[in-house]
Amino acid sequence: MAVLTAKNVTKRFGGLDALQKVDLEVKEHAIQSIIGPNGAGKTTFFNCITGFYNPEEGEILLENKLITGLSSDRVTRLGISRTYQNIRLFKNMTAVENILVGMHPHLKSGMLGGILRDSRTNRDEKQALDEAKRILQFVGLAGKGDMMSKNLPYGAQRRLEIGRALANKPRLLLLDEPTAGMNPSETQEMTNFIGHLRDSLGITILLIEHQMRVVMGISELITVLDFGQKIAEGTPAEIQKNTRVIEAYLGRGAASGLSEATA
Amino acid sequence: MTNKSTLKQLFSAGLINGGIIIFLGLVGMIETFSQRDIVSGLVSMGFILLFLPFFVFGYSIAKKEPDQSLRTVLFAGGLTGLVAGFTTALLPILGQFVNIRDMFMNASPTLYSILNFNQGIYLGGLILMIVSGIIGALGAGFLLIPPRLRNAFLQAVVWTVLLGLMRDLLIVMIARWGAISYIFRWIFASSGLTITGALVIFFLVGVVYYWRSGKKQDLPVKKILSKKQKNIRFGKLVAAVILMLLLPQILGIYFSEILDNVGIYILMGLGLNIVIGFAGLLDLGYVAFFAIGAYVVGVLTSPEMGVIQITFWQALPFALLASVTAGVILGLPVLKMRGDYLAIVTLGFGEIIRLLSLSDWLRPYLGGTQGIQRIARPFIGSLELKTQGQLYYLIVAAILIAGFIAWRLKDSHMGRSWMAMREDEDVAQAMGINLVATKLSAFATGAFFAGLAGAIFAAKLSSAYPQSMNLMVSINVLCLIIVGGMGSIPGVFVGALVLMGSPELLREFSEFRYLVYGALLVVMMLVRPEGLWPEARRKLELHESMEPDALPNDIPTVTENPAG
Amino acid sequence: MLRTWRQRITIADVVVWIIGLSIAFVVVYGSIKTIEVGKYNTRVWIDLTITGLALGGVYALIALGYTIVYGVLKMINFAHSEIFMSGPFTAVFLALALYKNGFWNSHPYISLLLVTLLAVTVSSTLAVLLERIAYRPLRTAPRLVPLITAIGASFFLQYAFRGFFGSGLQAYPELGFLKGTWTFGSIPVYKTQVVVIISALIMMLILYGFVQLTKMGKAMRAVSEDKEVAGLMGIDVDRIIMLTFALGGASAGLGGILYILLFPVVHFFMGFIPGLKAFTAAVLGGIGNVPGAFLGAMILGILEAVGPSLFLDGMGIAAPYQLKDAIAFIILVFILIIRPSGILGERITQTKA
Repeated sequence: MAVLTAKNVTKRFGGLDALQKVDLEVKEHAIQSIIGPNGAGKTTFFNCITGFYNPEEGEILLENKLITGLSSDRVTRLGISRTYQNIRLFKNMTAVENILVGMHPHLKSGMLGGILRDSRTNRDEKQALDEAKRILQFVGLAGKGDMMSKNLPYGAQRRLEIGRALANKPRLLLLDEPTAGMNPSETQEMTNFIGHLRDSLGITILLIEHQMRVVMGISELITVLDFGQKIAEGTPAEIQKNTRVIEAYLGRGAASGLSEATA
Repeated sequence: MTNKSTLKQLFSAGLINGGIIIFLGLVGMIETFSQRDIVSGLVSMGFILLFLPFFVFGYSIAKKEPDQSLRTVLFAGGLTGLVAGFTTALLPILGQFVNIRDMFMNASPTLYSILNFNQGIYLGGLILMIVSGIIGALGAGFLLIPPRLRNAFLQAVVWTVLLGLMRDLLIVMIARWGAISYIFRWIFASSGLTITGALVIFFLVGVVYYWRSGKKQDLPVKKILSKKQKNIRFGKLVAAVILMLLLPQILGIYFSEILDNVGIYILMGLGLNIVIGFAGLLDLGYVAFFAIGAYVVGVLTSPEMGVIQITFWQALPFALLASVTAGVILGLPVLKMRGDYLAIVTLGFGEIIRLLSLSDWLRPYLGGTQGIQRIARPFIGSLELKTQGQLYYLIVAAILIAGFIAWRLKDSHMGRSWMAMREDEDVAQAMGINLVATKLSAFATGAFFAGLAGAIFAAKLSSAYPQSMNLMVSINVLCLIIVGGMGSIPGVFVGALVLMGSPELLREFSEFRYLVYGALLVVMMLVRPEGLWPEARRKLELHESMEPDALPNDIPTVTENPAG
Repeated sequence: MLRTWRQRITIADVVVWIIGLSIAFVVVYGSIKTIEVGKYNTRVWIDLTITGLALGGVYALIALGYTIVYGVLKMINFAHSEIFMSGPFTAVFLALALYKNGFWNSHPYISLLLVTLLAVTVSSTLAVLLERIAYRPLRTAPRLVPLITAIGASFFLQYAFRGFFGSGLQAYPELGFLKGTWTFGSIPVYKTQVVVIISALIMMLILYGFVQLTKMGKAMRAVSEDKEVAGLMGIDVDRIIMLTFALGGASAGLGGILYILLFPVVHFFMGFIPGLKAFTAAVLGGIGNVPGAFLGAMILGILEAVGPSLFLDGMGIAAPYQLKDAIAFIILVFILIIRPSGILGERITQTKA
């Protein structure tokens, strides 16, 4: 069964078609990837799913429920979480607090509860904190929870961002270039972690990658975007052989695409 | 020794330094402050203002020197001071030949004679250059003194100056102590400190500070508070609370008035801190809610208005409700907008409220330019709170409530949502936070506190009039938050004490109040955006003993899907 | 699209629309009442409109500074109202000196030119200094930081000028050749108003031409699109930003001189209200958009001049002129509700992630 279905999604900026009639289906418990050269529309597609943008045409469904046109907070409440290409943590808040904010949709205490600290609020807060600590441990940041998130090392920030996304208990997790700016060993670690995420939590993951090497190892299905259009879709093996994909990467993004594709 | 580019740097630093002094002179600060003695007949505040820049520039230019030998450092500082002194000396010379006083009202002979040590433009200019050169070199040399001695010296100077400035007030305060007061008489002259007094304070503070800073280093650093230390801390807190409650009795009427005003600003600061500091919404029309609070109490309690006449306590809920409602009504349309639009729209809103209260149209209801008089004061039982000392307790009670609310909210679910929104609005929304509702709650809470402050203010003055509801109130509150530290609750207290207290203590200062506030905002943002008392985040993860082994293995409960 | 409609509407929107509709109702109802009562004849309305156009001309020149700085830095230069004040407030002393030695009356044209040049220079220099000292170091800081700096700078400048020149009013000497009226058709119009409207229009055209046609203007637009990319293209971003401030400052200084033609009195607080109005005009026209600023300013000027009599008089509100500033701000709120991007503004593209 498909967790996410996108039909005919088109997004325009001025005269530019950032996305043209993109179709995509993400199957439950899958790890799927979207790849493509710079400016292919990958992040735009994420933004359409998460309610940052409202696409001009097309529909996006989360388990048969229409989510196009919803604001991002409502999309999140329906069970989609994401991370960002350039890490966007709440920099002046601690790691735990970042995760607690991520739990927002599941916390009910209001302002009055916050002021009066009645037993119910205290209990909820305590539960939330315990859960946040577990998530911290899961992403390998136990003991670092009270650090300002801006003071964490780069790799830890990436993982904290994933932890924050997990705090929402998402059905679908969108990862936007989770290995950007990482060295090969960090990249390998992150790749393993993504696999572990799916296996241990049973969630569905859709990720954007720029480096082909990363996605080949972990994805079951790869979608290739170029100039806002879907040019190919298939298993890693199929994609590697696809001439249009090779052309798209060789044609322009040779510097970034070729070296990695052949690595 | 010094190459060409650093030489150029020294010259430009000297020019900037001279420019600053000329600015201070033309704006009128040097002359005005020269009437205020720190050490009677020897050092005035103007004197400090004039020479402090040479010292500071000398110090900072020396700090930049790559070579920290005594000779280069002194040379750099001295040369900077010399150039600065020369630049400054040009002003009286220019004034001699061109009548610039038609334009710059403060370019007076008095100013020139201060700059020239009363020695005429040429000889005086020469003296100024030499003195400034020496001070610049001293400032530079200051860098080479061991830090412990340096800090002790700084503390000693700061305390001496502070006590000198506060002489008039301290005298009034001490006079109430009866016989003991005579002990202090030899410290204070008819204005400022006596020379002996200054020396005693200087050395006392210097030695004590030096000795204490030495002692601290010997102690091992203890991270965890022992039970005993906690008790001491609690004891200190109790002592502080008792002292706070006794303050009006100790200090007398004049100080109580100052305290009341500072208190009302603290109250507003606590509210605006939620809006700006926690939620990151720049609200410049904050005074509007203050005005609404004051006017509602006025209209409902004053016999002049003839609407109805109820007591202060009965009117208070209506005042608060009106402020919050205004906050929501204003908030709804503007909170969807970009942050910087908000600043201007709220500013406009503050002006609208002021214009309405001033207008002839609403004169029958709001009293026009005269405002509303004879506003009821609060009663407790049969006691009417009307003196400054009595109202102080009302204000303290309000601050305690507001402070408690702010403190609790800060670390609550709502507080985290506000801060997330402040850090990154789009991402906060993508965490499931409803931006409009969350912003609105911050806005309304802020309006609530402002309304409370306004109601108390109206009761305190027993009147409400448009002149006291101007933009400057909003700016004052903004400044005290920024200076104290955005988002920091103790910062509100520090900021209010420093910014609202100092104009009361230093009458000459009030003329330059907004000049200094403006400069302070810019400098704070450039140099120390986190404020004097930065916001601290509570430690959550390790605030209770963690037992990592007791936790289940790696598996968080995120597998449970949300319903649906 | 129906589906966006259904899903996007919230209680907040409903309340906002109620507020908007009630403002609109007051405007329409008040206007009908006023016209019914017929207290004013057509001549009065025409006079008010021309007054409004002249005011609009001044606002337009100030608004330009807000708009181009916003375009380039995406920040509201709060201290712009003080930059506007600094020019005419400084130049008044030149005018008075010229008046004293008789030059003002013997060579009024040259005098006006000199005064204008001084005002423009002062405003422009101050704007550049402000950018260099206060804003440049904060270019990458969080959004709130430069805004607070600008507010601080605004008060600092206001009170610095108060310290320099005093808190009293200074009056410009009269210019003989601008006294009286010209008659168009059968309608006499104050010469100052005609001069102000025409100069503002010409200045606006020149500036628009500069931004659209010259190489510098192109560089400015490139920087406003994307500073980083513009930098990579070999554009000196710092210089372009400086130029933007200089241009905005110069235009504000000129606006200041036009302002004193209408109201020949200067003081240190004179920038505040016109500054706010000009900002409103910039938002009204679509911030970042040069012709928009002009259009917005003209509309605002007319509404401000005509509005109190038209909207409020008929409803029996006493002394409606006291509320003319309130009208401007209410318009601002109204516009932001109805069309946050302004009349000519494009929808601000949301670059969120």
